[in-house]
Amino acid sequence: MAYVAIADRGQALHDPKTWIGKYVWSQDHKIIAIQYGGTAMVVGLVALVLSGLMRLQLGFPDTFSLIDPTAYYQFITMHGMIMVIYLLTALFLGGFGNYLIPLMLGARDMVFPFMNMLSYWVYLGSVIVLLASFFVPAGPTGAGWTLYPPQTILPGTPGHDWGIVLMLLSLALFIVAFTMGGLNYITTALQARTRGMTLMRMPLSVWGIVMATVLGLLAFPALLVSAIMMLFDKLLFTSFFMPALVSAGENLSYSGGSPVLFQHLFWFFGHPEVYIVALPAFGMVSDVLAVHARKNIFGYRMMVWAIVAIGALSFIVWAHHMYVSGMNPYFGFFFATTTLIIAIPTAIKVYNWVLTLWRGNIQLTVPMLFAIGFVFTFINGGLTGLFLGNVTIDLPLSDTYFVVAHFHMVMGVSPILVVFAAIYHWYPKMTGRMYDETLGQVHFWLTFLGTYAIYYPMHYLGFLGVPRRYFAMGNTEFMPDSAHLLNSGISIAALFVGVVQVIFIYNIIVSIWKGKPSGHNPWKAASLEWQTPDTPPHHGNWGPDLPEVHRWAYDYAVPGAKDDFVAQNVPYDGTPGTKVEA
Amino acid sequence: MSILSKITAKPWLQDQGVMDEYGPWDLPPAKLALGWLIAALTVMFCLFGLAYGIRMDTGDWRPLNEPGVLWLNTVVLVMCSLAFQAARSAARKEQAAQLLLALGLGGVLTIGFLLGQWFAWGELDKAGYYLTSNPANAFFYLLTALHGIHLIGGLLVWTRATFRVMRGTDIADVRLSVELCSTYWHFLLLIWLAIFALLLAT
Repeated sequence: MAYVAIADRGQALHDPKTWIGKYVWSQDHKIIAIQYGGTAMVVGLVALVLSGLMRLQLGFPDTFSLIDPTAYYQFITMHGMIMVIYLLTALFLGGFGNYLIPLMLGARDMVFPFMNMLSYWVYLGSVIVLLASFFVPAGPTGAGWTLYPPQTILPGTPGHDWGIVLMLLSLALFIVAFTMGGLNYITTALQARTRGMTLMRMPLSVWGIVMATVLGLLAFPALLVSAIMMLFDKLLFTSFFMPALVSAGENLSYSGGSPVLFQHLFWFFGHPEVYIVALPAFGMVSDVLAVHARKNIFGYRMMVWAIVAIGALSFIVWAHHMYVSGMNPYFGFFFATTTLIIAIPTAIKVYNWVLTLWRGNIQLTVPMLFAIGFVFTFINGGLTGLFLGNVTIDLPLSDTYFVVAHFHMVMGVSPILVVFAAIYHWYPKMTGRMYDETLGQVHFWLTFLGTYAIYYPMHYLGFLGVPRRYFAMGNTEFMPDSAHLLNSGISIAALFVGVVQVIFIYNIIVSIWKGKPSGHNPWKAASLEWQTPDTPPHHGNWGPDLPEVHRWAYDYAVPGAKDDFVAQNVPYDGTPGTKVEA
Repeated sequence: MSILSKITAKPWLQDQGVMDEYGPWDLPPAKLALGWLIAALTVMFCLFGLAYGIRMDTGDWRPLNEPGVLWLNTVVLVMCSLAFQAARSAARKEQAAQLLLALGLGGVLTIGFLLGQWFAWGELDKAGYYLTSNPANAFFYLLTALHGIHLIGGLLVWTRATFRVMRGTDIADVRLSVELCSTYWHFLLLIWLAIFALLLAT
């Protein structure tokens, strides 16, 4: 029987009839992707401003009266939570996942368009609830992004009344939104692929996004469980996490709860969350590197298996975030071992990226610069992870700036570099226009060098023992004047990098109107999203007929081919240049 | 083609690119999505179970006496599941009257189960087992509430499917909804049996 894609099995496409139907209550995956991406970037800018305020305090203590300890802890908390959940998770999965999955797999849309639309609006609701906490009495919670009890809901912690409740409600809403989106991403990838799009012909971007979605569906419940139980402790005075306490001379009604239980639940979500962000980044950077090096990705199957292995292993390493909480030494040994094992598939990916570049026809376009910048940064961040994965090294370093430097390199800067690479790479497909190349290059070099000016010295501060989470260092014996000076330098670099992002925003907004027309496939890329009949793709993506896929997404520099790439939908017809020899 | 063959395929080789053998599974997307939702919910309830076990060991745990009505509620929920299974069977055989009867019975029994759970809460409250007085009580209220909320969510889908059957929609068009409802109810029965067993055993 001839294969009929699910998208074409009598399913109506619901063409939008009105402007509001097309751009606001849209069920088109491309519009929803842009809604998700736009919202994530706006809320990410809020988090960026918060980090600038924190750096002002750390670099120039006792200078800015508006930043008191309460505000500082609120900035830390909101910065961390927004960046990890509401920016990176939402942008990679809601943004790029929505845009790329149907286009890369030859589908007309997600399989549940209405639920997809609902997912975005619930996500927007979660963002609004979160940001509303800036305007309630006592402001947002200042408990740190990990929200550890008991301090999170005790008097004395900023935002212990309204702020924490709004944070937990917002997280619950986000999880509902993610679940609706995630069911779409997985089901679309498994069931709506076009004819010939086998699992092993899927681009690595899709593999990364789908595996991250699987992780999210299995890990976010842990965050939901801990959020629900903490809400009960906060609002109904149960004692799931709250031990017996005396606060300000008063015996509180709590008794017997286990704060460490919360930590286990939180990190059972928290560590997979690292890979929920990293795996889509791994996938997308692989595609960008292959296209701009004009070479097939090295070790495609290994890359796929490494994504799956990293995803599976990410569920058995969580307690390495809790070495300082104290645990049975055998436990520590187990988690240190699993943590180091995860370095193996990760290293496979890094080697394969490097080998993809090896003797490639490297085009130093803006997306390629960001992609190479990612490889550098991820290696740096990964190497310090090897230090921190070991119990004995983690214990003295855990509460220092070394950890801040590590996780920002590996989980902040690295994925953000991929976000930029991906936006520049797919911008022509999304808008039909090219961005300004010069502004893009300036943006890359200032951002890349700027972030290294921030985070390299921070490792040194960590080695000195400078503690993280402190509002002000004061006069301490162990911190030489040079360290204080370094702190000021880091702050200047951070503010500089923050301001530089204006170039990016200006470039992507102005280029929508002023950019040169890009054509359908400016990068001469082989994957399916570049083969649409219209750019930007119209509703339904493919015109009357879905494409058929005849090869993988990485046929670059094929011997004997007319061009230096062969698109996925070009059949093997026996003519020279279309057949790839074993 | 087995999943192993699929993931060991070499996509760069022409002779491994047999187009029609590589298509998606012959499964409605909604069934697959429900499967993933059930996986996520299973993780959630398992984590609650783990938290229950860990919290039990912290010294202040006083087990509650489960009210007898929970046994009756369990029987009602088993009957719910049977009713939905009957609805599934009627939909497959395209028997409209039986389908409506079984769907109606499933929904009414579900509402009965929820009222029974509410009654159990009242019994515990009268007996002095308040939410805050002990973690065992808190877990009881929390787990039963979450389970109930999931049933109420299922009732929303059930309402839509039942109205469609009442309006005379072609049975072929509602069969999938009925099958999804029955799978979901079976799942929630298993979850309840696990919760109830945990409560009785501790």
